[in-house]
Amino acid sequence: MNTLTDTTTFDLQSSTLREVNRALHVPGVAGAFSIRNPRGAHALAAGVNAELEISIEGHVGYYAAGMNQQAAITIAGNAGVGVAENMMSGSVRVTGNASQSAGATAHGGLLVVEGDAAARCGISMKGVDIVVGGDVGHMSAFMAQAGRLVVRGDAGEALGDSIYETRIYVRGSVASLGADCTVKEMRPEHHEELAALLAAAGYLEDDTHAYTRYGSARQLYHFTVDNADSY
Amino acid sequence: MCGIVGLHLRNPDLYPRLGEMLSSMLCEMEERGADSAGVAVYGDPQWCPPGTVTVSVLESQQSSLELSTAVTARLGTSVSIAQVGETQLISAPVDVEELKQTIRDVAPGSLVAGFGQDLAVLKGVGHPRDLAAEFGLASAQGWQGVGHTRMATESAVTPGGCHPYAVGDGQCMVHNGSFSNHATLRRELIRDGVTFDSENDTEVGARYIAEQMRRGATVEEAVHSLSEEFDGFYTLLVSNRDSFAVVRDAIACKPAVIAETEDWVAMASEYRALTDLPGIESARLYEPEPNRIYAWSRKEVSAA
Repeated sequence: MNTLTDTTTFDLQSSTLREVNRALHVPGVAGAFSIRNPRGAHALAAGVNAELEISIEGHVGYYAAGMNQQAAITIAGNAGVGVAENMMSGSVRVTGNASQSAGATAHGGLLVVEGDAAARCGISMKGVDIVVGGDVGHMSAFMAQAGRLVVRGDAGEALGDSIYETRIYVRGSVASLGADCTVKEMRPEHHEELAALLAAAGYLEDDTHAYTRYGSARQLYHFTVDNADSY
Repeated sequence: MCGIVGLHLRNPDLYPRLGEMLSSMLCEMEERGADSAGVAVYGDPQWCPPGTVTVSVLESQQSSLELSTAVTARLGTSVSIAQVGETQLISAPVDVEELKQTIRDVAPGSLVAGFGQDLAVLKGVGHPRDLAAEFGLASAQGWQGVGHTRMATESAVTPGGCHPYAVGDGQCMVHNGSFSNHATLRRELIRDGVTFDSENDTEVGARYIAEQMRRGATVEEAVHSLSEEFDGFYTLLVSNRDSFAVVRDAIACKPAVIAETEDWVAMASEYRALTDLPGIESARLYEPEPNRIYAWSRKEVSAA
């Protein structure tokens, strides 16, 4: 962080959530913000649309950093349901674990969860990059449409169920693959892409050869006339 | 939505603070449901004098004096009674079934909200924060407590529709979610001779658990068999005098977070319910996995 930048500090024990979010939404806002004592508050730093550096010291509730554009947001703690939901750009880093639906429907930016992410991580992701340091729960990347999901640990059941497009890289085991999700070959461009994602997330030591790529078999794309009688 | 909280104390030094801790957890969950609330406290000596069994009674239509006089006359032994909000807690050194039956005889329209050794169940319709104050919850003591803030979806907002459902000896259940096949399971339980107090889907789950435990299942076994039979979205917390178990449905639709320290185990629908617990900063914090049963027992703790 640029030490020349003034940091505005908020303490949620003395300020209200609305005051904090309002300060982050002021037109033309710039600089760095530090938010203390979030105590599980919901929708903290949601809807930010400015190149801010925001650091949140503690655990947050639902939909933290949702709809983020441009800001670099760090949560030093665990995050509740739907962290970085519908993020458009910028980055969100969670140093602890994330609950369900992390990065759901996000269109862009980078979400890093250093711990585990629970069920439905990256559900319906539409262009975001998600790197999870630990495991992801069941039905992660469900109906994923675009973007990349990297899992340094294990994945739960039905990974990539009904996946459209999205490249998934998993280092550990996968409990089961969902409909139309399949193992794919790691070509040189995939090693390159994965290495870049890991580097962006700060995991420089990982060997990309330890990862397996998964993606869409593209069987669900097509209406099969032979099945017409079944409908 | 509904909010669930539960607290199981491992360190006896904290027993005097149970009510204070549980009260803060419950009030923090008020936004998840503010039409009614209930708590169960295990081990408060004022509400459940040692050496007695306690029955929690709602809607007796009698004053505490009238009710205790009538029960004393029937039993031939002195009973103690505490009026806590709308709930009347009647304690006596007799068999719990005998006490329940006596109360039914002298107050035929009353609703038994809970019964057992060391167990006080308190329920009320209204705002959770007002109810906690009315109960004097903050000064309660004990080793374990559960609570519920309700946003009614499945049945009327009445004392009978409030959680916890405490339908087995010393047992309690609180629930966030809904069961989709409760009507079928209710009919099956009725065929087996089980009777119901409300139209609430949670009561079906609680009666099912009580029935399993009556047949000899442990809390953990009963919860496991419920998770096999009941469809729907749910987080459940089931307790008895010694144990406390948490389970979520197979797709983990409803939220739950667990925190553990050497001094206590706590669960809640959301993290913010836990923020005032002593030592929360260094607690092990995790989200329960779907369909997996998490259980803690006082016996194990004291044996360890």
